[in-house]
Amino acid sequence: MSDHDYRPKSKVGQWFNDRLPLLTLANHLTDYPTPKNLNYWWTFGGILTFCLITQIVTGLTLAMHYIAHADMAFESVEHIMRDVNYGWLIRYIHANGASMFFLAVYIHIFRSLFYGSYKAPREIIWIIGIIIYLLMMAAAFMGYVLPWGQMSFWGATVITNLFSAIPLVGEGIVTWLWGGYSVDNPTLTRFFTLHYLIPFLILGLVVLHIWALHVPGNNNPVGIDIKKPSKDTVPFHPYIVIKDGFALLMFMIVFAFFVFYAPNILGHADNYIEANPMVTPAHIVPEWYLLPFYAILRSVPDKLLGVVAMLSAILILAVLPWLDTSKIRSAVFRPLYKQFYWILVADVLILGYVGAMPAEGLYLLIARVATAYYFLHFLVILPVLGFKEKTLPVPLSITEPVLGGSPNLAAARNKESKIE
Amino acid sequence: MKNLFKLFSIIILIITSNSNSFAAEKVEYLKTDWSFKGLFGKFDRASLQRGYQVYTEVCASCHSMKYLSYRNLAEPGGPEFSEAQAKAIAASFEVTDGPNSDGEMFTRPGKLSDKFVMPYENVKAAQAANGGAYPPDMSVLVKARGGGVDYIYSLLQGYEEAPNNVSLDDGVYYNKYMYGNKIRMAAPLSDGLVEYGDGTNATVEQMSKDVTTFLMWSAEPHLESRHQMGFKAIVYLIILTVLVYFSMKRIWSRVESEV
Repeated sequence: MSDHDYRPKSKVGQWFNDRLPLLTLANHLTDYPTPKNLNYWWTFGGILTFCLITQIVTGLTLAMHYIAHADMAFESVEHIMRDVNYGWLIRYIHANGASMFFLAVYIHIFRSLFYGSYKAPREIIWIIGIIIYLLMMAAAFMGYVLPWGQMSFWGATVITNLFSAIPLVGEGIVTWLWGGYSVDNPTLTRFFTLHYLIPFLILGLVVLHIWALHVPGNNNPVGIDIKKPSKDTVPFHPYIVIKDGFALLMFMIVFAFFVFYAPNILGHADNYIEANPMVTPAHIVPEWYLLPFYAILRSVPDKLLGVVAMLSAILILAVLPWLDTSKIRSAVFRPLYKQFYWILVADVLILGYVGAMPAEGLYLLIARVATAYYFLHFLVILPVLGFKEKTLPVPLSITEPVLGGSPNLAAARNKESKIE
Repeated sequence: MKNLFKLFSIIILIITSNSNSFAAEKVEYLKTDWSFKGLFGKFDRASLQRGYQVYTEVCASCHSMKYLSYRNLAEPGGPEFSEAQAKAIAASFEVTDGPNSDGEMFTRPGKLSDKFVMPYENVKAAQAANGGAYPPDMSVLVKARGGGVDYIYSLLQGYEEAPNNVSLDDGVYYNKYMYGNKIRMAAPLSDGLVEYGDGTNATVEQMSKDVTTFLMWSAEPHLESRHQMGFKAIVYLIILTVLVYFSMKRIWSRVESEV
């Protein structure tokens, strides 16, 4: 990369940079050549970074006031809400921030799926992303347990009990996870510890995620390899910085709406009832962002197979770069894949919906069909499609369709207008 | 750009339709105008003060409110009793304190810093006095029920004769808004049960509205400052977004690409 030749102008800068090349790094980040045709779906990486930092900062503040004890956790949350200066604001940002985080990550993941960003040479970026996503789910789940409301307690009971499905050692593992024979104070304190730890693991992985991204550079809506830097690219600063900033502000407006005007709409009312091991809530449901996987879990009649299906649904994403056999990245040039993509989106939304409903009758049937389709998409449709699909002609560069001269001019123009 | 708008509208649609479908499983709740709803929603002070009266004269004999202190009654955004009034309210309760230098517990009149006095020593005592049913703590009750204020408001007015096909045990009452329709609490309100100082007619409907307003405040004591700050924050964000949008257009005008 050309920025290795970077030399700071000032003497002090040079002295420092020779010893620790932070300025070279900063220069690399500002000059980083970025495809100029990135659309707004590409702004969610920056938005996610913002979400992570927000969660860490608000979380640290909450941890100063929160008491991780089964008898005091619920009360300490109420203390934060009532008596800590702006405690209500910090807690509502943190609680809704989790939802916003997942909203953004789902958009980010489905962006990758549409534009084939997981394909060579970006498999490692994608796999690190899946690990981050798994850690996010773990952090969110444990965070939801901390207020020690009814849904916290029973959610923790249901999810930790999944491990009992493991043959032979299952029961032992559950006892080990709980630190006792039921979800209780030891469970709460270890969940708090891990909830505090995981965001920093995520932060480290985010650095790797971005590092891995900066080796091949960004994918783009056309999905072709581009020369960098070239007239197809713009420097990250100021072009992408301002665009990401604009999208982030739009996102923050939605975020603020939830925090200030509907702070509890995404939560469950039962979590304002203090945990009571003697009373089971009528419906135990996880937070909305875990519902599709909850639906998959419940759609399998056997407990162990249900757990396996749920985990596979996530882990299958890690091998996606090898399941998708198509050489073409962007769905823009894959007419059939594009349709299957939207069916998958609908399928996941349906799974989310039935995940919130009682697992019986029609809901259960829909959940089963949707679960089967989910795996069908990844295991059958994608591998076959790569061989069977007749893809559209792909332009040779990003500027080409704009400036003309492409042998596929008409097709490329047509695509270009669709991208915007 | 368009996609982004589409996306946000779809998401908001899904979320609102989802929350509606949860409420729609049950009967339609009674509706009333809540002054604290909406962008600029604020509590009706007089209603909060009346609501406190209903709570303390009626509900408080069984329902605790353990996260509230008497000082809250005089704080901005709440019923806003004067400090003298709040002190008098606190002093009207006997509070157990101690141990003193002799190691004895003693009682004294309440102070502003005391938590609301609980009607029962503990959950077991509350259950024993109420046929095994624990009258839930009311501090965050509104947030702990799916229908929120509309549910509480309706429930208080939802007592009626049980239909013929429903048989009730002793000490169980029929309420059309209660989950499963069976409730351990007898109809707590009747016309004229309390005498409002401001001369408002104490109908069941009026008392239900006042006490529900009070419960909303007790669950969300900072609701007013939240709404005020929210409006400012969102206006600020919108202005900033517009400015950044034009800056972005300007910067991107240097390259041949759309944003």
